[in-house]
Amino acid sequence: MNTNRFSVNKQQSDIDTGRRSFLKVTAAGTAGLTLGISLSTSAQAQAAATSVADTALEYNAFVSITPENVVRIYIKHLEMGQGVYTGLATCVAEELDADWQQVVCEHAPVDTAKYANLLMGQQGTGGSTAMANSFMQLRRAGAAAKAMLVNAAAQRWQVPADEISVHEGVVSHGAHRATFGELAVDAARQTPPAADTLVLKTPDQFRLIGSETTLRKDTGKQDGTAIYTQDVQLPGMLTAVVAHAPRFGARVRSFDASAALARKGVRQVFEIDTGIAVVADDYWSATKGRELLQIEWDDSSAETRSSATLLEQYRSLVETEGAVAEQHGNAVGTLADASDKLELVFEFPYLAHAQMEPVNCVAQVSGHSAELWYGCQSATGDQSAVAQLLGIRPQDVRINTVFAGGGFGRRANPKADYVLETVRIARQLPDTPVKLVWSREDDMQGGFYRPAYAHKLSAALNDQGRPSAFQARIAGQSIMAGTSMAAMMVNNGIDNTSVEGLTEFSYDVPERQVELHTTDVGIPVQWWRSVGNTHTAFSKEVFIDALARKAGVDPVEYRLSLLTSNPRETAVLKLAAEKAGWGTRELPAGWGRGVAVHTSFGSTVAEIAEVSVEGNKFKVERVVAAIDCGIAVNPDVVRAQVEGAIAYGLSAALQDELTLTDGVVDQSNFHNYQVLRMNAMPVVETHILPSTNAPSGVGEPGTPPIAPAVANALADATRQRLTRLPLRLA
Amino acid sequence: MPYTLTINGQQHELDVDGDMPLLWAVRDHLHFTGTKFGCGMAQCGACTLHIDGVATRSCVLPVADAVGKAITTIEGLATPAAKAVQSAWVELQVPQCGYCQSGQVMSAAALLEQNNAPTDADIDAAMSGNICRCGTYPRIKAGIKMAASQVRNAGGAA
Ligand code: FES
Ligand code: FES
Repeated sequence: MNTNRFSVNKQQSDIDTGRRSFLKVTAAGTAGLTLGISLSTSAQAQAAATSVADTALEYNAFVSITPENVVRIYIKHLEMGQGVYTGLATCVAEELDADWQQVVCEHAPVDTAKYANLLMGQQGTGGSTAMANSFMQLRRAGAAAKAMLVNAAAQRWQVPADEISVHEGVVSHGAHRATFGELAVDAARQTPPAADTLVLKTPDQFRLIGSETTLRKDTGKQDGTAIYTQDVQLPGMLTAVVAHAPRFGARVRSFDASAALARKGVRQVFEIDTGIAVVADDYWSATKGRELLQIEWDDSSAETRSSATLLEQYRSLVETEGAVAEQHGNAVGTLADASDKLELVFEFPYLAHAQMEPVNCVAQVSGHSAELWYGCQSATGDQSAVAQLLGIRPQDVRINTVFAGGGFGRRANPKADYVLETVRIARQLPDTPVKLVWSREDDMQGGFYRPAYAHKLSAALNDQGRPSAFQARIAGQSIMAGTSMAAMMVNNGIDNTSVEGLTEFSYDVPERQVELHTTDVGIPVQWWRSVGNTHTAFSKEVFIDALARKAGVDPVEYRLSLLTSNPRETAVLKLAAEKAGWGTRELPAGWGRGVAVHTSFGSTVAEIAEVSVEGNKFKVERVVAAIDCGIAVNPDVVRAQVEGAIAYGLSAALQDELTLTDGVVDQSNFHNYQVLRMNAMPVVETHILPSTNAPSGVGEPGTPPIAPAVANALADATRQRLTRLPLRLA
Repeated sequence: MPYTLTINGQQHELDVDGDMPLLWAVRDHLHFTGTKFGCGMAQCGACTLHIDGVATRSCVLPVADAVGKAITTIEGLATPAAKAVQSAWVELQVPQCGYCQSGQVMSAAALLEQNNAPTDADIDAAMSGNICRCGTYPRIKAGIKMAASQVRNAGGAA
């Protein structure tokens, strides 16, 4: 999702602090958002429950302070490793002038009115928007809470509020001194300040924003105490697995559960929309029961094509005219008349997300309400989907969000697939918590992949080897079609996520045309870290590199000459080139160096990859990245995201590939869907461009440039121009 | 049938099938949820725990085969090398989503018990069975080196 497709709703951006006009004291154990966790038997959850038993005083939707001097910050986005606990808490703590040590984070409940993503208009995490939409909102929330503390101190000490200072969790005036905790009760009684009275810090006053010393707030990950969906334990909870059809779109014709039901530990077996559910005392019994099922599938409406067949069809499609997604000038005419041209055809396979924690969810349905526990990414969407399924009100669907073991897009399913599957099972067992667990095989073969695509890129070249016209044709499935986001993301039959990255072309080419063939295939598809940019950045950056080589110009110089009206990409590219020693540092014999630059989710990233090649084998040795993401709220989190985004994209560049034969997925687990392991991980250096602009995305923008940078490095080393992912040298 | 397992120095009785993988006995029956499930076929390392000090994939080890052995889960890690790994993990801010990290820490701790000066190649060899989809590999490597030097300075482990 490209952030600039969403418009900021001004009114919503002001909901932050002014919204709360009354004091709400949350009594021990009744806080909705902690109830679920307090049922858990895990050590961490018990600790959490105990600490929340202190009276929490809510200052606004995002901040509460306890008399025990704990600042609790409610995080409206899902923490799935991208660092939102840390980043969002930093914004609040900065303006609150809290001591970082006293800050704890907690996922906010699902409450769209309070916690909407201001760039989406609904509560949810995605499109690398967490920081971009929250930066001002959370700073105001922190500033408002601070004003309440100051006013309480002014009253208590009978001194003017504007003479009071606040520093690292201590409020002081002359000889007076009080911790936040000491003022917590009085401060919570203060009227929240009007939004227009808040004075925020200027960047030179930042103490936490930009700091290199703030440690992450998503703790407990080095000692096993962090709680994920898989770890949720509730009294009387049962575990469910589902036997899905081998082909997408197939239905159950008949099944025999007698052997499964006879298996120790198996409680119930029944048919649901998506297959046959086996509910048991534990996961092992459930899977053993599932193995004993006899199921006959009805394939009459199933997708039975092979991925190779589809890609062959896509390669023919890109030779034909598609629906026009973007048009500047008469690129088609200029190309037809051109005496010098370059054309390249690209191919991309289906990809599984393969996040470490396979899909799972816990739900309990009781009367006219439901409660869920999971790493909830599409909060509003999931809540309304569950409400609709059960015929109840959205506010009667209570969602308790826990950490997610990775997401990369998979957990934000536009159809709430795994959430609804869980609820379909749980509704058959009223008042019983049910944990749905997908095995790795279920996860890998369960669909919702990055779609396969073919591209054809063409350029007409002038006598200096510069492109005068550019055309891109793309063929593949639409991610947004049929989802609730189609209205926003699909215009005149063009799904923006199929073409983003090739539209709004960053290079100076006077005439451009982007065309799309949207294919109709029954394989469920979904966004995958950086969405359309996963493929468009590859073809764009490999193509530009090929143009540079054809013109005999250095690939960095060539790009810079086409980026004269794009100062941001110019600056980032120059920074990466300088840090990598481009043109100055000699590489060992047999090595190659390649570059790519791309802007997505509001941020620009350039990456330079160095590869060593031996025969048809190669290793990516080193990657130097430069990023402009506006203000880097937590530079270490930014670097971690760039490192991770590179690893994720590199995995796809080197080996990830999901194929189907006659509609059946060929891969099932990490033995035949190989992902990046430590021995293939390069050294990564990340450089952040200093900036005073508002923060933009960091979770995804590091992924798009890596595959083209590596392909371009291989072209440098071997002269082989690879245009198909994953990359294979001849 | 009933089995007695020795986990983190304590005896636990449980009544499960002997072919149940230790992972599920530990997670679903004894509620040690620090040990994670990632693949169920010894491919990802998320379920790594120590059996008599050796890093072992618990998703493919039947409960019956774990009887009489000293099982250590992430909850029971206590050696100086293990503690050094955990503090390096915090200092270098290694985890992202964290789901793989119990397994990473268990593999790293077992490595340092054997080798307190691992080279890059040693680390690759010991750690390439542990997948991290968040791509924390560079920090894991740096964390192991940091922990190793701490162990050496304290004069501990091999
Ligand atoms: S769960 Fe055991 S190795 Fe993956
Ligand atoms: S930290 Fe997420 S898989 Fe390793």
